[in-house]
Amino acid sequence: MSLELRINGEDRTVDAGTIMELLRSEGVDDTARFVAVAVNGAVAPRADWTTRSLGNGDDVEIVNPVSGG
Amino acid sequence: MSKITPSDKLTIADKSFDSRLLIGSSLYPNHQIMMDSIAASGSEVVTVAIRRINVQGGGESVIDMLADKYHILPNTAGCYTARDAVLTAQLAREAIGTNWIKLEVIGDEETLFPDVEHLLSAAEELVKDGFIVLPYCNDDPITCRKLADIGCAAVMPLGAPIGSGMGLRNPYNLEIICDQASVPVIVDAGIGTASDAAIAMELGCDGILLNSAIARARDPIKMADAMGRGVEAGRLAFQAGRIPKKLYADASSPTKGVIGA
Repeated sequence: MSLELRINGEDRTVDAGTIMELLRSEGVDDTARFVAVAVNGAVAPRADWTTRSLGNGDDVEIVNPVSGG
Repeated sequence: MSKITPSDKLTIADKSFDSRLLIGSSLYPNHQIMMDSIAASGSEVVTVAIRRINVQGGGESVIDMLADKYHILPNTAGCYTARDAVLTAQLAREAIGTNWIKLEVIGDEETLFPDVEHLLSAAEELVKDGFIVLPYCNDDPITCRKLADIGCAAVMPLGAPIGSGMGLRNPYNLEIICDQASVPVIVDAGIGTASDAAIAMELGCDGILLNSAIARARDPIKMADAMGRGVEAGRLAFQAGRIPKKLYADASSPTKGVIGA
């Protein structure tokens, strides 16, 4: 399924219906311990990744911890 | 050897730490020097940032190296609005599994001073959402009191701008903050060298959070060791109680029995 999404601030067209499908198409290791996702300004818990459908125009943030002060 | 008694722990919310030094994980020459510096500092709490994922990033990530060894304190660095800071905190909780957050809401990119209005509103929202909030804030006693009243677990006034190494620009305000605070006071930002950390601790601060002063030192591991000792020395001196300052001399050797008198 082709969707128009905003992914980490970039407007893109992707083939993904759920968060899990999006992560895989983006090359994100979905088993990685420290990844978190927000859709439209709200955290999408890991437990919902396989079931949570995305829709056209959704704003998705995919983040992880990095060095910081 | 340290004479700090085991009971003199830094307690924030429900956790107690032997070390009063909290350390950042950024800007080190490499990961090995970071790990060795953190170990040399004696810190038990290490800060990380939350950023958009870079799938090209190879090798072991910093969080993988740190997570099982240290108490991880994620920050909201880089956020300019309460909304972004709150979402970043929530993403950090989801990613790391901690409800602790070093709350930063920046007001200006040149000074990196906090935006107090957004900071207070983000702090309130995050406390209500069950976070242990440690806010990076101005060295303003009123702001610190408001943050404590909101329910923040500590207050973290800046000593000087982030990364400036200027030390304590307003030690008198810090002393007032320490005197009035109902929660631990941790000086966050501005520390340049070990004596800065010691002075903050002598004023009565409960801890120090720093990053650049160690990571950007010529020898980060040695500076980490120095910072750990500076914090301990300052804490001991605070507990011991300094003598009053006097304008004129007060002889330390006996004044009676001097020959020729």
